[in-house]
Amino acid sequence: MFIGFFYLLRAHGFRVTSEEWMTLLRALTLGLHRSSLTGFYDLCRAVLVHSEADYDKFDAIFLEYFDGVPFEDELPEELLDWLNKPEDMLRDFRAFLQSAGYDEKTVEEILKAFEERLREQTEEHNGGSYWIGTRGYSNFGHSGHAPQGIRVGGVGRYRRAFQVAGERHFRDFRKDNTLDIRQFQMAFRLLRQYSSRAQGEKTEFDVDGTVRATGDKGGMLDVRWKRPRRNTVKVLMLMDSGGSMDYYAGLCSMLFQAAQRDNQFKELRVYYFHNCLTPTLYTNPQMRREQGVSTEWVLKNFGGEYKVILVGDAMMDMYELQSKRWDYRTNEAKYSGMDYLRRFRGQYPHLVWLNPEPPPRYGGYWGESYGRIAREVDMFPLSVEGLERAMKKLLVNR
Amino acid sequence: MEKTFQGTESYVASPELLGAVNIATALEKPLLVKGEPGTGKTMLAQAVAEALGKRLIVWSVKSTTKAQDGLYVYDVVQRLYDSQFGAAGVDDIAKYVKLGKLGEAFASDEQVVLLIDEIDKADLEFPNDLLWELDRMEFYIPETKETVKAKRRPIVIITSNAEKELPDAFLRRCIFHYIAFPDPEQMEKIVRVHFDKLDDTLLRQAMEAFYFLRSIDSIEKKPSTSELVDWIRALELGGVDPARIRKEIPFAGVLLKKDKDLAAMERRLSR
Repeated sequence: MFIGFFYLLRAHGFRVTSEEWMTLLRALTLGLHRSSLTGFYDLCRAVLVHSEADYDKFDAIFLEYFDGVPFEDELPEELLDWLNKPEDMLRDFRAFLQSAGYDEKTVEEILKAFEERLREQTEEHNGGSYWIGTRGYSNFGHSGHAPQGIRVGGVGRYRRAFQVAGERHFRDFRKDNTLDIRQFQMAFRLLRQYSSRAQGEKTEFDVDGTVRATGDKGGMLDVRWKRPRRNTVKVLMLMDSGGSMDYYAGLCSMLFQAAQRDNQFKELRVYYFHNCLTPTLYTNPQMRREQGVSTEWVLKNFGGEYKVILVGDAMMDMYELQSKRWDYRTNEAKYSGMDYLRRFRGQYPHLVWLNPEPPPRYGGYWGESYGRIAREVDMFPLSVEGLERAMKKLLVNR
Repeated sequence: MEKTFQGTESYVASPELLGAVNIATALEKPLLVKGEPGTGKTMLAQAVAEALGKRLIVWSVKSTTKAQDGLYVYDVVQRLYDSQFGAAGVDDIAKYVKLGKLGEAFASDEQVVLLIDEIDKADLEFPNDLLWELDRMEFYIPETKETVKAKRRPIVIITSNAEKELPDAFLRRCIFHYIAFPDPEQMEKIVRVHFDKLDDTLLRQAMEAFYFLRSIDSIEKKPSTSELVDWIRALELGGVDPARIRKEIPFAGVLLKKDKDLAAMERRLSR
């Protein structure tokens, strides 16, 4: 009965692996669920969930799976029966492994390792009390708890797992909420983390390496060099300003501040545009003409090593996207908004579009431009999760 | 059955946290603890060590820390120096190999509690570099052709401030627990641990003010447990009339460290 829970978890995008499942089964055989549903819930969560951001999702799935079963704070008969039959458990586990695409040999190996571990564990730790049954249910589950002095007495308590899960305490940690600058900052840090040592010449004097090498040579100086460990990421940020974007001004300003904080990039250039890329970009959001620079100049001066982040709602009249725009510098209308977008995409292999607006549900008037742009570039929602995904996207080579 | 962790006189833990500690101990897997600053992540290891009567070894991770540092360091300079002056025992490399914190924990005859503090400060590769060692609880020193293997697997507690994402392979091997910020009930217990006797009205008022401040969105650096304890101490020493606490929030500087946050509080209070 229990295996369904895992399939449900996996169906909801939890990457539960056989490794974790094995851990959970071992824990169950050790009686770590304390024969109570709350204990079972705590155990599953501790073993299977690795981020507070997933707590809420886990709670929801737990509720979905175990809902409708008349639970008191005790495990239902079915589950207890199942737990008391190690053979069944192993059989189910075998089925799970097989369906997960392991071949017969690997399955046997894993099962053997599991059994060995089980034996070792029970001998070492439980001092003979093998299954939960031998230890008696009353030992933990039901004895009420009173705080002794100031201490919280550990195991017994009356809160039901449903209650815990039902309260959904961890809603705030969901990654798809937009929260604060710090979280944006953390997301931007992803761009630094991965870029530290991978590329570049060995230009920095390596003290430790030199000392080591010199020592190994009995004092003959052997100078070593290493790659400098600093962020090499250059960022070009282009932000939509004004019009429909006013509504998101706060969010965009947070994004901007987060990008700027503690100088985390080697270079950060920010320009503004309205609705769509045009022959002119602006150095500040008011977009006065004297603050304009030519888009050609930007393309010429910032090489392909820049990672480009476009921010905008991608909602505009189709003509803005499709008709060729007049450039007063050259006195001709050569490129449309879409052309510029494609030119940027061509020049910068690392380019993402962040969008504060959720995708339009029905095509509609404004939806058309959104769809067209989303087909050209990778578009991510402007939320903490979206930004993280976008940053990761910026780091991988296409 | 081994001893289980039940919290200590000075450390109040939620039942969920106690459960997680005991699960990790029984499964012999590292416990990864995350949580807001000031929720007692580091203190946990201390309390566990104390409660189970085991020695605590702390490995504080910095941004420049390498996985290797935790295993062992080969002091090649000392050896070279000794060789130049003909000191005895230069041939014995083992003399120049010093175990790091992880090595120390493995080499210990008794089971110890090992705290790897703020693991997310180091480079991305750091947790992955430790996978094998934490799994097998052993490592090899090529210089001395020696294998250091744990006699008793240490209880490993790892804290993280969630500044960086930890690699999946690493996470899969850990028992995870997120320490939520204490609710008022839990907080009252924690505060009472720090004071012998405390005026009930003062405590109630202070707690109310504290959670009120935490609820103000425009405050960037939210006060945490240690600040609350300091503040209550200040209120006690200052002999402030408890009735004034919630309304005026005296000595707010103890709770809020930023001018901006203090201003935000003033705005809310004057409203």
